[in-house]
Amino acid sequence: MDFTLTPEQTSFRDEVRSWLEKNLPKDWDNRMRVGSDVPRPEVYAFLRAWQRKMYDAGFMGLTWPKDYGGRGLTFMEEMIFQEEIALAKAPPVLNILAIGMAGPTIIAYGNEEQKRRYPAKMLSCEEIWCQGYSEPNSGSDLASLQTRAEKVGQHYVVNGQKVWTSIAHQADWMMLLARTDPKAERHKGITYFLLDMHSPGVTVKPLKQITGDSEFNEVYFDNVEVPEANILGGLNNGWAVGMTTLMYERLALGFGLQVRLRIALDGLVDLAKRTRKNGARATEDPTVRQKIAQMWIDTEVFKYTGARAITRLLKGEPPGPEASAGKMMWTEGHQRLQELAMELQGPYGLLARGSQWAVDGGVWQYSFLRSRANSIEGGTTEIQKNIIGERVLGLPKG
Amino acid sequence: MNFGFNEEQELLRSTARKFFDNECGSETVRKLMEGPEGMTPDLWKKLAEQGWLGLIVPDEHGGMGLGMVDLVVLMEEMGRAVVPGPFFSTVLLGGLAILEAGTEAQKKAWLPRLASGDARATLAWMEPTADLGARGITLPATAKSGGHTLNGTKLFVQDAHTADALVVATRTATGNSAEEGISLFLVPKDSAGLTVTLLPTMDQTRKLCEVTFKDVAVGSDALMGQAGSGWPPLARVIDRATVGLCAEMCGGAQKVLDMTVEYAKIRQAFGRPIGSYQGVKHKAADMLVDVENSKSITYYAAWAMDEGVAEGPLAVSMAKAYVSDAYRRVSGAGIQLHGGIGFTWEHDLHLYFKRAKGSEFTFGDATWHRERVAQLVNL
Repeated sequence: MDFTLTPEQTSFRDEVRSWLEKNLPKDWDNRMRVGSDVPRPEVYAFLRAWQRKMYDAGFMGLTWPKDYGGRGLTFMEEMIFQEEIALAKAPPVLNILAIGMAGPTIIAYGNEEQKRRYPAKMLSCEEIWCQGYSEPNSGSDLASLQTRAEKVGQHYVVNGQKVWTSIAHQADWMMLLARTDPKAERHKGITYFLLDMHSPGVTVKPLKQITGDSEFNEVYFDNVEVPEANILGGLNNGWAVGMTTLMYERLALGFGLQVRLRIALDGLVDLAKRTRKNGARATEDPTVRQKIAQMWIDTEVFKYTGARAITRLLKGEPPGPEASAGKMMWTEGHQRLQELAMELQGPYGLLARGSQWAVDGGVWQYSFLRSRANSIEGGTTEIQKNIIGERVLGLPKG
Repeated sequence: MNFGFNEEQELLRSTARKFFDNECGSETVRKLMEGPEGMTPDLWKKLAEQGWLGLIVPDEHGGMGLGMVDLVVLMEEMGRAVVPGPFFSTVLLGGLAILEAGTEAQKKAWLPRLASGDARATLAWMEPTADLGARGITLPATAKSGGHTLNGTKLFVQDAHTADALVVATRTATGNSAEEGISLFLVPKDSAGLTVTLLPTMDQTRKLCEVTFKDVAVGSDALMGQAGSGWPPLARVIDRATVGLCAEMCGGAQKVLDMTVEYAKIRQAFGRPIGSYQGVKHKAADMLVDVENSKSITYYAAWAMDEGVAEGPLAVSMAKAYVSDAYRRVSGAGIQLHGGIGFTWEHDLHLYFKRAKGSEFTFGDATWHRERVAQLVNL
C-alpha cells in the first residue's frame, strides 16, 4: 500500500497542474460550477471550446490507445488528472457520454474501421454523442425496449422512440439499442447501432425538466436508415455490448463524479463560511459542523473506495464491488450536499435566479433541483442495489 | 500509487483467518467472554508464537517490526472472529504507549516480554468525566522525593485486571493549555494502593475496569519521557489504536454481511429465498457499501499513520466517524434481516452487534470525530 506518486507520475501531475494554471478559463464563473454534475445548456459552447483545448493539450482519452486518438496511459494517470481537475475546480467535460461510455465500448467491440472513425472525434468534441437506451415503456427494464430496426437492403430501418435522452439536441451520434429480432428471447434480439443523429427521420423534442431547463429530450425515429456497417459488436449482440457501456459508465462515474463532488463540497464549505445563522457564522453551529464534516468524510471515503477499484483494475482484476457501489454512493452524497446547501440558506433558499437577493445568483436552487435526477439517471438507485445484491453478493433474482 | 495489500499481507490474512477459525470459533469466544479474563494461557501463548503480540514491536525489542497497515490485516481477522481478551490492550494501548513514550530502559524491560506473551500491559487514560480530550486528564501525580504519588480514578480501562503494567496518564502541572502538564507513568499493577475492579460490560468480549489510585508511589524510573509532555505521544497512541479498532470493526462488519447474505440465500418465506425480495436485497446492498467504504478509509488511515503524513489525524477521525456509524448500521441490519433468530443468545449476531456498539463509543464516537474533522479542515 502506497499513496505516494512515482517520479513519472509526479512529473505527469506537474505537467497537468502547470497546464491548468496557465489555461484554466478566467471567465469560468464560480456560479456555473457549483452544480457539479451536468453542464447547463447555456454553457455548451463554452464547454465545447474547453474540451477542445484539453484535447489539443493531450489530456483527453488518457487511457485510450494512441492509434485511436488517446494517449495510451493507465487509469493511474487518469486518476491523477481527475485529482488535478478537482483541485483546480476546472469545468466539466461536455462530451461525457462519448468519453465515458461510447468510446470505450467502440474500442472494446468495434472493428478497425469503426475504431479509427469515431473515438478521436469524441475526444476533440467535434462529434457529440448521446445514449439511446431508455424508452417510454422501458426504463429500468431495459430489455423490454420496443424500438425496431428492420433490414432493408444494405440498411436497417429504425422506427420507434427514445426518451430522457440527455444532450440529444446537440448530439451528432447516438448509441442506439434497437430490436432486430422480435421473435428471439428479449435479451437476444437487440442490436447496438451507431446512429447518425443528422439522418432524415430523426426528430428531437426537448423535454422541460423540473429545473425549467431542457437538457434531455424525446427522440423519434421515422424510417431512419442506418447502414449495416454501423452495427457495433455484431447483429443481435446488443445486450452484451450495451452492458459493457454501462460498466464503463459506472467506472467513469466513479472517477469523474468524485471529482465533481469534491468541487461541489468546496462550494458548500465556501457558502457556509459566508452564511450567517441565528446571529453567528453558520460554521459555528454544531449541527452545521456535523453535517459538513460528514459530507467531507463521505467525499474522501468515496475517493479512496474509487482508488481501491483502480488498484484492482491495474492489477488486471475485474472491477470489484467498489466500482458497482460508486454510482449510488455519489447519488446519495450529492443529493444530501444539495439539500444541505439549501438548508444553509434558510428563507433565501426560496429565491431563484432573477432575484437580486438570491444567493450566488440562484445557482444552488438549480443544482438542488437537478440533483433529484441523480438517483434515476444512469440506472436508478433501486436498480444499482439489485445489481449489487445479485451480481456482487450473489442473492437470487426476484 | 497502489491501494492494495502485498503478498506478505495477503498471506498474513489467510494465516490469521485459518488460525482464528481453528483456535477461536464461536464456542471458544463464548467460553472466553463468560470468564473474567477473556483469554486462556494456551491461546495467549499461541498468539505469541505467531509473532502477533509483537507485530508492531521493533526487531531490537523482540518483535516483527511491522507497521499499522500490516496490523490492520490482523485486526480485521480478529474482528471477524470477535476475539476476546487483552490482545488489543496489550498491543495497541499499553505496548504502543511504551513504544511511543517509554524510556529506553522501559522499552527494554517491557517490550520483549509483551511480544513473547510473558507480560501484558494496558493504558489508563480516561476518567469518570469520560472526556476524550487532554482536559479530561486530571488525575494528579504529585512530585515527592525520588518519584511521584498518584491519587484518583481511571475508568474504562481495558483489561487492567489481567495486565502486569499500566501506562497511566496524569496531570503533573497546570499549563497554558490542557495539553500541557500531562505526564505518563509506567505503573506496575501490583503497586501498593492500586485497586482494579472489573466492570460488567454490555459487550462481554471486551473487559473494562475501574482503576483507583490511593497514594500510589512510583519511582523516578516510572516517568515516561519528559514530565509535562505526555500529551503528544498519548495522542499518537490513541490515533493508532483508533485505526486498529476501525480495522477490527471492518472485519466484524464484513462477517455480519457474510452471515446475512448466506442466510438470505437459504431462508425461505412465501415460497422464495428472502434474499430475492428487494426489501432484503437492497438492505444487503447498503450493508456492502458500508463495509467497503469502511475498509477504504481505514486502510488509508493506517497508511497515513505509518507514513506520518500531516493528514494522519484527519484520516483517523474520518475513519472512526465513518466506521462507527457503518458498523452500527451493518450489525443492526444483520439482526433485522435474520428476524427472530438474530435476536437470540444462541445466534452469534449479538456478539457483533454488541462489539459494534462498544467500539462505537471507544476512542470517540462518530459525533466526536466529525467535530474533530471540522476542526482539522478549518471549518
